[in-house]
Amino acid sequence: MDAPYAIEMLGITKRFPGIIANDNITLQLRHGEIHALLGENGAGKSTLMSVLFGLYRPEEGVIKKDGVPVQINDPNDANALGIGMVHQHFKLVECFSVLDNIILGVEPTKGGFLQKDAARKKVMQLSENYGLAVDPDALIEDITVGMQQRTEILKMLYRDNEILIFDEPTAVLTPQEIDELMVIMKNLAREGKSILFISHKLAEIMAVADRCTVLRKGKYIGTVETKSSSMEELSAMMVGRNVNFHVEKKPARPGETVLDIQHMSVASRQHKKDAVHDVSLQVRRGEIVCIAGIDGNGQSEFVYGLSGLEPLKDGKIFLDGKDLSRSAIRQRSILGMSHIPEDRHKHGLVLDYSLEDNLVLQRYFEPEFTNKAGFLRRDNIRTYAERLIEDYDVRSGQGPVTAARSMSGGNQQKAIIAREIDKDPELLIAVQPTRGLDVGAIEFVHKKLVEQRDAGKAVLLISLELDEVMDVPDRILVMYEGEIVGELDPKKTTQEELGLYMAGAKRDEVRA
Amino acid sequence: MSADTMQVIQQFLLLLQYTLIFSSVLMMVALGGCFSEHSGVINLGLEGIMVIGALGGALVMRYLPADASGLVMVLLVMLGAVVFGLVYSALLGVASINFKADQTIVGTALNMLGVAGATVLVKAINTASNPDNPSSIIEYGLPRQNFLVTFKIPVSVEGGGAERFLSFEFNWFLVVAIVMLVAAYIVLYKTRFGLRLMACGEHPQAAASVGINVLKMRWSGVLISGVYGGLGGICYIMAAVSQWEFERGVAGFGFLSLAVMIFGQWKPSRIALAALLFGLLRALSNVGTGFAALQALNIPGGVYNMMPYVICLVVLAFTSKKSRAPKAEGIPYDKGMR
Repeated sequence: MDAPYAIEMLGITKRFPGIIANDNITLQLRHGEIHALLGENGAGKSTLMSVLFGLYRPEEGVIKKDGVPVQINDPNDANALGIGMVHQHFKLVECFSVLDNIILGVEPTKGGFLQKDAARKKVMQLSENYGLAVDPDALIEDITVGMQQRTEILKMLYRDNEILIFDEPTAVLTPQEIDELMVIMKNLAREGKSILFISHKLAEIMAVADRCTVLRKGKYIGTVETKSSSMEELSAMMVGRNVNFHVEKKPARPGETVLDIQHMSVASRQHKKDAVHDVSLQVRRGEIVCIAGIDGNGQSEFVYGLSGLEPLKDGKIFLDGKDLSRSAIRQRSILGMSHIPEDRHKHGLVLDYSLEDNLVLQRYFEPEFTNKAGFLRRDNIRTYAERLIEDYDVRSGQGPVTAARSMSGGNQQKAIIAREIDKDPELLIAVQPTRGLDVGAIEFVHKKLVEQRDAGKAVLLISLELDEVMDVPDRILVMYEGEIVGELDPKKTTQEELGLYMAGAKRDEVRA
Repeated sequence: MSADTMQVIQQFLLLLQYTLIFSSVLMMVALGGCFSEHSGVINLGLEGIMVIGALGGALVMRYLPADASGLVMVLLVMLGAVVFGLVYSALLGVASINFKADQTIVGTALNMLGVAGATVLVKAINTASNPDNPSSIIEYGLPRQNFLVTFKIPVSVEGGGAERFLSFEFNWFLVVAIVMLVAAYIVLYKTRFGLRLMACGEHPQAAASVGINVLKMRWSGVLISGVYGGLGGICYIMAAVSQWEFERGVAGFGFLSLAVMIFGQWKPSRIALAALLFGLLRALSNVGTGFAALQALNIPGGVYNMMPYVICLVVLAFTSKKSRAPKAEGIPYDKGMR
């Protein structure tokens, strides 16, 4: 404990073909502090942590533990040095019990046979000491995401790790669970653990971290004390310019109803229970309605039913008064439904097609793009694609002929947005349109959604991001276990109230 | 006891005898598949592994001097089957674990290669010793006796003059099968090795993140399936006959075992029960026609032969939806994947 730093990463450089993921980065973690690592997607946070965890070897730089240089070649080395990590996507075996997951890899044995009793005692002791409630015998697939995360934390504590890395730990949690996690992290730090907290959510960093290191495009920008900093300063460091957090928009002026959903139910593929049960809602011209909720509460199936990817079990869908409940997907598209899908690789793009072919996916059959003999009019497609690329600032290596697969996530999303908006829809369905995008691209997407609204379109946004839910829409509907449980006005509600609805702790009888 | 009663009892004993031995085969091979799949490798090559294992055992019987002691014979035959099965399954290991080949295709290739390779080898051996004998048959009538204990129960039959016997053949492979079952259960559920093996089949990235060598565990799973498959193979060809024509392969028993494994939900205890059911059906096709009642139905023998396979199709069609296969099976492990 003499050395001031538990872990020091000095001058770390890691190159991948074509890019420098980490360019001379320094990170110093003090004993017993919570240290945030902030940066946009692609800033190099994950690479840096993978270096620390032994998954990548850096080309340059040294790692010191308590002032002594160390070599970390694989996760076992990291573990031996007391470094543990809660990965963004949990590393848990679903059909194993909590206890089995905790001991996996460091099982106490006698002659090769498992000795679970001793392990159970230690786990329960840790669980009590740190306020990490878990049921050691429950299977991972049966417990909540929050308890899964507590299992991951116990995994590190069980191994007596001193340095705990949390990789985007709040992405999957409800607001209440996030609060609990913050308390847990502070407890851990008080007990002398040193914590690295990777995030791009500024409010959380301000709330829990002592210091914050900012990366941008693989470069080290600086380390600041959060107490003497502000969200504005941190975001400017992260993005490299001042960012407008709040979406600029005028008050909504809703017109007549465009989308009218009545008593819609969609069967689930996994359970006997309906994934979406008896949902009714309307979306009017000139408003953005957001369906909020924790991931997996039926939002995906709701969109599948609405867009025609799955058949409805019950209920009706009207678009401008026309019954679309049983229409084919193309029919819905022609009648004015546009869909920015949740999974842009699976439902949004044909990855091995060129950008221009992807841009006409919804319209290639129109006379403008197909002649009477049934052949594609390549020249028109090219002209059209070039216009969209220009208008929506879609960046790619070779313009219209770039393979969609080779484009960055942000530009893939821009291409989808260009295609869906340019066909001039009556209703725009946007499902998690900013997922995985950096701050600049998020701003762009939000601006486009508001533009559509102001142009008199109906916009239905499905989002898991609380900031987006609070900022973008004019009305919020909360979906919980396949039902709409509340309608909120984003100007009047708080994140806490929203969280109660999302967690199912509160519900109104809503007949929107 | 009347002669008819005795006839029926004898048929039941025969049915029991065949049920037990066929169940043992199915169970051992299914348990082999179970190890491989729990480690994350689909083993469709069990059929081929059985053939090669059977070949290993049969060659030992052919070349071992006839006066070798019974115990030595039994142990060496099993060793031969185990070694051949193990080595042959290594092909699956190399191709699907190290070279990340498509496991379905590798398994299918193993099946084709197994029968063809065994046929060629046995024909070469036979032709070499006698140019007029190009068959793919190995005989093992005498050595086979070492595996059997025949119980004869004398019964007096009304009106019959000479003393008659009810007979039942006990096969040492039954003991082997039970030992292998208990071993599988203990290894999978009570040991560190089992926990790690199953983690690799469910979520290899999670296993790797806690320092488990996924490739090593998958190799172990595949090689264990070779051991079990090889033993199952030799047990199968010795179940009822005293010679085997290798051109015939093992008549789909490897695939039937896969069905047993799926029906048994990848769990040793359930696999044992599933094996009993399918073993009974298979035995019925062997001895069913011996029952007077069934004879009266006058169903062609082919129907009985089809039964296990038909029922297998039906059962799988209804149960496979709920099946709990290891989640990561069939997907080559890639370190970079998250």
